[in-house]
Amino acid sequence: MVDYKDPKSTIAAVQVPSEGEAGKTGSWRSFKPVFNPEKCILIKSEKARCHICWMFCPEVAITKSRPPTINLDYCKGCGICSTECPHGAITMKKE
Amino acid sequence: MMDMIETKRLRPDDLPEQEFLLPGNRSCAGCSMSLYYRMALKALGKKTIITVPASCLTVLHGLYHKTSVKMNVVHTTFETTAASASGIVAALEAKGLGDEITVCGFAGDGGTSDIGIQGLSGAAERNTNFIYACYDNEMYSNTGTQRSGQTPYMAYTTTTPHGKLEHKKNMPMIMHAHGIPYIATSCSSYPQDVYAKFKKAKLFTGTRYIHTLIPCPPGWGFPTDQSIEMGRLAVKSGIFPLFEIIDGKMFLSPESERCLDPSKRLKVEEYLKLQGRFKHIQPEHIEYYQEYVDNHWNFINQFL
Ligand SMILES: Cc1ncc(C[n+]2csc(CCOP(=O)(O)OP(=O)(O)O)c2C)c(N)n1
Ligand code: SF4
Ligand code: SF4
Ligand code: SF4
Repeated sequence: MVDYKDPKSTIAAVQVPSEGEAGKTGSWRSFKPVFNPEKCILIKSEKARCHICWMFCPEVAITKSRPPTINLDYCKGCGICSTECPHGAITMKKE
Repeated sequence: MMDMIETKRLRPDDLPEQEFLLPGNRSCAGCSMSLYYRMALKALGKKTIITVPASCLTVLHGLYHKTSVKMNVVHTTFETTAASASGIVAALEAKGLGDEITVCGFAGDGGTSDIGIQGLSGAAERNTNFIYACYDNEMYSNTGTQRSGQTPYMAYTTTTPHGKLEHKKNMPMIMHAHGIPYIATSCSSYPQDVYAKFKKAKLFTGTRYIHTLIPCPPGWGFPTDQSIEMGRLAVKSGIFPLFEIIDGKMFLSPESERCLDPSKRLKVEEYLKLQGRFKHIQPEHIEYYQEYVDNHWNFINQFL
């Protein structure tokens, strides 16, 4: 096994997977997604299926949980989740 | 082969939760490549070696010594995606791992249809066992939006300041002419379809080619939250048809079936007018563009 942390044990430039490779990309945002739980179908009905916001977030900043949560450390504020949520449960607010 | 293929329509929450792409990477806000890549990795899984040339995807992967993907990735030079994939396949086969590990080359449209086409054509001629995934943002985005062979008619780029005069190169059909076992087109706006097509490609042996349209907000000139809608419009207008070619036979994907009827195709203008790169376009260009798309469907019809 290669020990990635030990430069002497590697023969080529090896990159280590890490969150926030570009830093806290949440600081790029000019609009912030605000989750309105009362409108989310997953909260309104126990049986409902959705997670459209999770699927479309290019940033992997939304969890596939009930209800979904948004990681504002990394969310770049693109607004896709807000535009694609069929129930209007995510609104964009100016930072 | 056909009966092994899962045809069930997936719902968003049918997609696996496990992520191989990490948040806080370098892609622009609203980047569809990021969304597409995330879906492709979910389908490919851990037992994959990826090779990537210079492109926006290298930028997304990040700077030494960190990376934003939990995958085995080789970074290669701009023109060598397919050559590098062929080399990885040869090494795996020599070690007896050829059937165990999937090799996948991901490259931009420039890296695929311009500078990388000879290596890809050679590999496809040999039917070398890997998946080649071209993500098509219709320009050289990484270096500041220059024209590529995939830039569509009349699109503005820094090297086509009055709009490109030529049409998009038909890369999937060029690959079809090589007689490879699996070809698919997909679009990031349909993530379940992207996922299913990568899953399906894994079932084949030999060269497999997946060409995916990924709308690029800064390159095309539209607001970041419209990335998904822009891809949908490209498909609904018939500008970017979604299909698969399996062992030489073409199957239209359900998203594109309505386009068989010309009256159900959205007018190309509905798509063009939303993008800054077509801002200068004149009514005669739109008419010509519409005619081109309609003729393209006559061409597709011959294969169905
Ligand atoms: C031989 C060579 N020529 C030029 C470059 C500079 N270069 C790096 S990325 C790039 C554009 C890549 O465009 P594309 O393949 O479409 O991918 P995208 O940037 O759109 O993701 C260019 C020209 C290079 N790295 N190597
Ligand atoms: S605004 Fe964009 S990056 Fe932020 S959570 Fe929504 S989809 Fe993800
Ligand atoms: S898309 Fe909207 S309704 Fe669906 S899970 Fe996300 S927030 Fe809830
Ligand atoms: S330039 Fe376009 S393709 Fe490249 S990272 Fe930005 S949005 Fe994505």
